[in-house]
Amino acid sequence: MEHLLEIEGLEVSFNDTAHALRGIDMFMDTGEIHGLVGESGSGKTVTSTCIIGLLPVPPGKVNGGSMLFKGREILGLSEAQRRRLRGREIAVVFQEPARYLNPALRVGEQITEMLILHLGLEKQQAVGKALELIDLVGLKGGKKILRRYPHELSGGMKQRAMIAMAISCNPSLLIADEPTTALDVTLQLQILRLIQSLKRRFSMGILFISHDLAVVNEIADRISVIYAGRIVESTTKARLFDEPLHPYTKLLLLSIPDAGKRGTRLKTIPGTVPDAEHIPSGCAFHPRCPLAEEICQHQDPETANYGKTGELHTAACHMIGKKWIDS
Amino acid sequence: MQVLTFALRRFGRLLLTVLLISTIIFFVIRVIPGDPALVIAGIDATQEDIQAIRAQLGTDRPLIIQYLSWLSDIVRFDFGTSMISGQPVTELILERFPITLSLAVMGIVISILIAIPLGVLSAVKRWSLWDYLGMVFSQMGMAIPSFWLGIMALLIFAVKIKIFPLFGSGSIRHLILPALSLGIARAAVLLRLTRASMVEELSKEYVITARAKGLTERMVKFKHALKNALLPVITVAGIQLGYMLGGAIIIEQVFSLPGLGRLFLFGVYQRDFPLIQGGVIFIAIIFSLINFVVDLFYSVVNPKIRIR
Repeated sequence: MEHLLEIEGLEVSFNDTAHALRGIDMFMDTGEIHGLVGESGSGKTVTSTCIIGLLPVPPGKVNGGSMLFKGREILGLSEAQRRRLRGREIAVVFQEPARYLNPALRVGEQITEMLILHLGLEKQQAVGKALELIDLVGLKGGKKILRRYPHELSGGMKQRAMIAMAISCNPSLLIADEPTTALDVTLQLQILRLIQSLKRRFSMGILFISHDLAVVNEIADRISVIYAGRIVESTTKARLFDEPLHPYTKLLLLSIPDAGKRGTRLKTIPGTVPDAEHIPSGCAFHPRCPLAEEICQHQDPETANYGKTGELHTAACHMIGKKWIDS
Repeated sequence: MQVLTFALRRFGRLLLTVLLISTIIFFVIRVIPGDPALVIAGIDATQEDIQAIRAQLGTDRPLIIQYLSWLSDIVRFDFGTSMISGQPVTELILERFPITLSLAVMGIVISILIAIPLGVLSAVKRWSLWDYLGMVFSQMGMAIPSFWLGIMALLIFAVKIKIFPLFGSGSIRHLILPALSLGIARAAVLLRLTRASMVEELSKEYVITARAKGLTERMVKFKHALKNALLPVITVAGIQLGYMLGGAIIIEQVFSLPGLGRLFLFGVYQRDFPLIQGGVIFIAIIFSLINFVVDLFYSVVNPKIRIR
C-alpha cells in the first residue's frame, strides 16, 4: 500500500561531524495523526525540516535514505519543485506564533498571499476564502481579524491564525511542530481539539511533533519515539501506553506527571540526550539505560517488529523481554 | 484622533526644546569672548563709538534684561534683525532656505538610492562581489571627507569636463555636484545599517514561516524581510535629513552656495547675536518636525509602534 509519507533510512549530518539523524524510518497515512516524541536535541525538528525541504545546506547534508511523498521521491527534487510542495501539499504550524508570524504584515495578507500564489486566486476571491478559513479555525470577527496585525491578537488567536494559514491550500500533510508548547494549558486543549477537527474535515495526515507524551496522548493515533536521531519505538497510541517495549519509552511514560499520585516524587530520566557530535557507541541510549548489558555498548540494535498478528509495533533494543526492575 | 493628540504632545515638547536650547545659546554667545559692537565699529573706532553702538544694539544692558526682552520678542514670533545687515532674521533665513532644502532633499534621495539597493543586495548575497563592493564603498565613503569629494567633483566635472557649473546657484544643475558629494558620504553609513538590519531580519523565525509557506525567495526577501528591515533605516535617514536641513556648511563653502550653513557661519564669525539665536531656533524646529514625521511614518511601517 502506498503511504502518504514514507521515510527510510534518512541520515542527516551537520558539518559532517554532527550526526543529527542516523537512519530515520517512519511512515504516515492520510487521516492519521502521528505523534513524533522525543527530548530536545533528539532530531524531531531536523526531521520536520527535511520533510518540508528547508534543511540549510550547508552546514546540513542528507547522507542517505529516501523520502516518498504520495509515492514520489522528494529528497532529490530541485528547490523550485520543493517550493511548489511547500504550503500547498506540505504545510507547517510552528511553535511560537508570536515569532513565526511576520510582525509587519496584516493577518489577512499573510493568509491571502498563499492563496494567490498557490491556487492562483484573484485578490477578492482570496479574501473570501481567508474569511472562511478564519471562521473555520474559530477566529471571531471576520474582516476585522484580517486587518489586524499579529501583535494585536492574543497568543491563542495568533496560533489559530497560523493554523488558518497552514490549512489554506488544503495540504495533504500538516506538520505541527510543538504547536501548543508556547500556550497556556487551557488553550492547549482547544488548539488540540481544533487540529483534530480539521484533520477530519480536510482528510490530512498530521505529523504532531512534541516533547510531551501527555500532549501527544491527547491527540495522536500512532506514536514514534525518537532518540539521538533514530526512531527507537513506533506503534499505535494504545499499544505504546499499554505495552511499551523500549526502556526509553518506559522511562518517558513514568515521567508523565500523574494527578492521582500527588506527593510522590516525579520520576526523571538521569542524564541528557547525547549531542549529535558525540553519539555513544552501540545503542545510543545505553549510558542512561537501566537494563544495559555489554552488548548494548558495542552493537546498535536493529529495528524489529514485535507486534502480534499483523499489528505493527517496532522497536530497536537488545533487551526486549528482559524484566523491568522498577527502582 | 490618536494622531492629533500625538501631534499636540509633540508640539508641546518642541516648544520646550526650543526654549531650552535657545536660552542656553543666548547666554553662551554672550559669555564667550567677542563683541558684535567691535565687529561693526572696526579697528579704528574710538571707545565712545563702541559704546554708542552697544547702546544702539542694546548689548550694554544687564544680561537678564536682555534675556527678558528677547524672550518677549520671541513669543510674538519676532526674531529680531541682523546686527550687521539690519535685515529681519526671519527674512534672511527664509531667503536661504530653498537652496538648503533642495540640497538636503536631493542629498538624502541620492543617499537612499545608493544605500538601500546596495545594502539589501549585500545582505541578500552576503560575501559576494556585491557585498565586497558595498563594503569598499562604505569604508571609503566614511573615510573620505565630503569636502574632498566635492573638490574632486568640481575639478573633474566642472573644470576638466565642463558639464556642471563651477559655482553659483539658481538652477538644479548647480545642485547636482554638491548633492552628490553630500549624498555619497551619507550613503556610506546608511548602507552599513541597511545591510546589518536586513541580515538580522533574514535570520528571524517569520522568514522560516514565509519559506515554509512556499513563497518565492523574492517574496520572502523583498516583501517579508525588507519591510521589517527598513525601520531603523528610515529613522537614521530622517536624522540625516535633519542635519542637512540645518545647512551643510562645508559643502556650501566648497560650492559657494548661499545656503543656511554659510549664513549661520557668518553669523557666528560676526557675533550677530539675533542671527545665531534665530538659526538655532530654526534648526531645533526643523529637527523636531523631522522627528515627528519620522515617528508618524514609522508607525505606518511598523504597526507595533503605537504613536503616543
